[in-house]
Amino acid sequence: MLDVSDLTVRFGSTTAVDGASLEVEDRTIHALMGPSGSGKSTMLRAIAGLEPPTSGSIAWDGQPLVNVPPHRRGFGLMFQDYALFPHRTVAGNVAFGLQMQGLNAEAVRTRVAEMLDLVGLPGSENRSIGTLSGGEQQRIALARTLAPDPRLILLDEPLGALDRSLREHLLIEMRSIFTAVHATVLYVTHDREEAFTIADQVAIIRDGRIVADETPEELWHQPPDGWTARFIGLENLLPASSLSSLGLEPPSADVTTGVVPPESIVLTATGGRAATVAGAHFRGGVYRIEIGLEDGHQLVAWSPKRLHPESTARFDIDAERISWFDD
Amino acid sequence: MRSKRSLLLIGAIPAVFLGYFFIYPVLTILYTGLVPDGQIATSAFSEALTSSTVRGIAWFTLWQALLSTLLTVAIGLPVAYVFARYRFPGRSLLRSLTLVPFVLPTIVVGVAFLAVLGPGSPFGVNLQGTIWAILIAHVFYNLAIVIRGVGAFWEQVDPHLEDAARILGAGRIRVFRTITLPLLRPAILSSAALVFLFSFTSFGVILVLGDLRHTTLEVEIWRQATAFLRLDLAAALAVLQLIGVTVLLVLYGKARNRRSAELTLRPPSEVARAPRTMGEWSVVVSTLCMLAIIVVTPLAVLIWRSLSTPDGLGFSNYAHLFSPPRATAAFVSPTDAIANTLQFAIPAVLIASGIGLLAATIIVSASGRSGRIFDTVLMLPLGTSAVTIGFGFLVALDQPIDLRASILLIPVAHALVAIPFVVRSTVPVMESIQHRLREAAAVLGASPRQAWKEVDLPLITRALAVAAMFAFAISVGEFGATSFIARPATATIPVAIFRLLGRPGTFGEAMAMSVILMAIVAVAALGIEAVRGTRSGGV
Repeated sequence: MLDVSDLTVRFGSTTAVDGASLEVEDRTIHALMGPSGSGKSTMLRAIAGLEPPTSGSIAWDGQPLVNVPPHRRGFGLMFQDYALFPHRTVAGNVAFGLQMQGLNAEAVRTRVAEMLDLVGLPGSENRSIGTLSGGEQQRIALARTLAPDPRLILLDEPLGALDRSLREHLLIEMRSIFTAVHATVLYVTHDREEAFTIADQVAIIRDGRIVADETPEELWHQPPDGWTARFIGLENLLPASSLSSLGLEPPSADVTTGVVPPESIVLTATGGRAATVAGAHFRGGVYRIEIGLEDGHQLVAWSPKRLHPESTARFDIDAERISWFDD
Repeated sequence: MRSKRSLLLIGAIPAVFLGYFFIYPVLTILYTGLVPDGQIATSAFSEALTSSTVRGIAWFTLWQALLSTLLTVAIGLPVAYVFARYRFPGRSLLRSLTLVPFVLPTIVVGVAFLAVLGPGSPFGVNLQGTIWAILIAHVFYNLAIVIRGVGAFWEQVDPHLEDAARILGAGRIRVFRTITLPLLRPAILSSAALVFLFSFTSFGVILVLGDLRHTTLEVEIWRQATAFLRLDLAAALAVLQLIGVTVLLVLYGKARNRRSAELTLRPPSEVARAPRTMGEWSVVVSTLCMLAIIVVTPLAVLIWRSLSTPDGLGFSNYAHLFSPPRATAAFVSPTDAIANTLQFAIPAVLIASGIGLLAATIIVSASGRSGRIFDTVLMLPLGTSAVTIGFGFLVALDQPIDLRASILLIPVAHALVAIPFVVRSTVPVMESIQHRLREAAAVLGASPRQAWKEVDLPLITRALAVAAMFAFAISVGEFGATSFIARPATATIPVAIFRLLGRPGTFGEAMAMSVILMAIVAVAALGIEAVRGTRSGGV
């Protein structure tokens, strides 16, 4: 188990990581998600041993790691730019970590073949790095990271350089590979869909601090604050006053904001509430409907049918699913 | 696209220049060696190959060059690393400082180390006539080649590659051996080839710091031709040296073309960062201290000793230079030597820039093989050695017209030495000008010539200015060729320094003269850095 507590990393006068704490359980995939400049990559590099922490502790199964150099931590790290060695072949790259462990040539060969099989590029041993496509490079980088069987795999935006369709495909593939090899993974990304698809647990980092650490479902349904809600892409963040005008009363006087998940809004002809349709946009299969409220705020809902702007929309809201917080 | 005919026309000028002032003299040297008295005789060559003295000199030339190269690379790599990977206060200033030794005339380098390590050394040693003085001077002079040549590449190598290897279980030393070194190999090899070349054909440094046993082929060619008047033996030696140098240049060309093609380069600004840990700071600080000691000590001691007189510190060495009775020591008055030097430098810079620019245009426009061949031929004067150029002028340029007395001969020789530098510093810039800019100009109605004038020229002006200042520094400090062709009345500062060194009692004046030459070159070096700004580049 990885245990990071109160980690701070400063570069001169800037504080990249500011007292962040995080635990990654064995055999789980943990995402670390934050906008650019939030300190997520620095935190990952500190865990890998590439960035000296200013203060705080990093431990594996209770053993402190701060004074252990990166090559003795037994971790794997995959870079966004893959950092494949251009002067070595595919096999030479995948074999590198095994050679550092002092494995004999035969064992290395077997393990390399096994890894290339695992990532779906069997027989590519002798190819040179320059001939690989972006997706192939990603797979080789993954094979290189997995080959020495690291006790923790760190990934720094591993799909950031790929186009969308390839990204989704590789994401699911990676998840099944990690599950198959029972890997413990910390996955850094800024992308909500990536984090939610691959991770068992998602930690949110903001300005160097961990502000939430929940399962994807918990984050989505019970965001801890407005910033996190907006960052993970929740819409319909409305002031309590606006919601009470719809008859949705906050549970206490302390809360100021409520999030209405779009899927809790059901558009139906028999709906108990009515408002004007402000906009309708086709999103492939469903329409995104913007409902204009009297006080100028908007609610977004999903509908299988097109509703015409300016027409009246009738709808119900499942009040149970609204999350409230003081923003 | 430039038309074939205009390319030929542009190419004709540098081709004729090189043909007449370089290839023809070299062929004449060959002829002089093979046909000494109107009949073919291989005696000079067999003498050169069998004489134990010559063999000893050739052996010394080779191993001192090898050792100088190894030492320069060993000291240059950590400095290149620090400049490539770290940002720290005073970085660009210190980087400029590394260029100073390289632009210094070799005779000044020799005199500076004579001041540091020779008779009367402030460190109480006398290494004149030993290999150590020569090696240290060569490292000092060539360090910039490694720092710049390897550094320019290193600062673009993705640090993630080394991080990745660390995570995969390699310790620092292993990372260096298995990742960093293989990636840098082409850059190290091509820098090392240049260092080897300059050490192999070393002249000024050896003349000042060496002795009869510690001498290079280059010096021996000069001695045989000027002291013993054995033109045939000198010619045979020059041919042998030329063969060695050509082999080396071919290897250098190969190393330069074989960059790791697949390596994605990063902008240097993303690679360099401030040192963070105490360990990193101590690496940076200790490396820079070493650099400062190597670069500053000889120059400081030279200045200090030029000011040292029997009556304490003062300007009497300088005053003697300009007082008429003592001036005859140099056969030419120092004032005249300074005037000569500057007078030769101006036409030399103009010729080198003009011919170099035309040649660079050809190299960039002529695609494929012919461009590469032209490129290699143009590099030849760099390797041929200045002494061979001067010697060639002496034996060849009496026919068809006797140019040996011409006042233009010295600037032409200087230009020949400088042209490779002009070409090397303008070609990369010209290659980087996007063809699309020219196309845009053409679509807007510019003829090829107008497009060149309006698009290319403004963009390469900066590079050309740097090249011109390099040419200036080379011209004012050129010694090997000038020592052959300068007449007593046309002696330049380096020649005057050498004459002062050779006379008893004028040691201090030689140092004062060296300081004057150093100051002139320093102005050019400052100009180079000012124009080049923070941009880095190869030598």
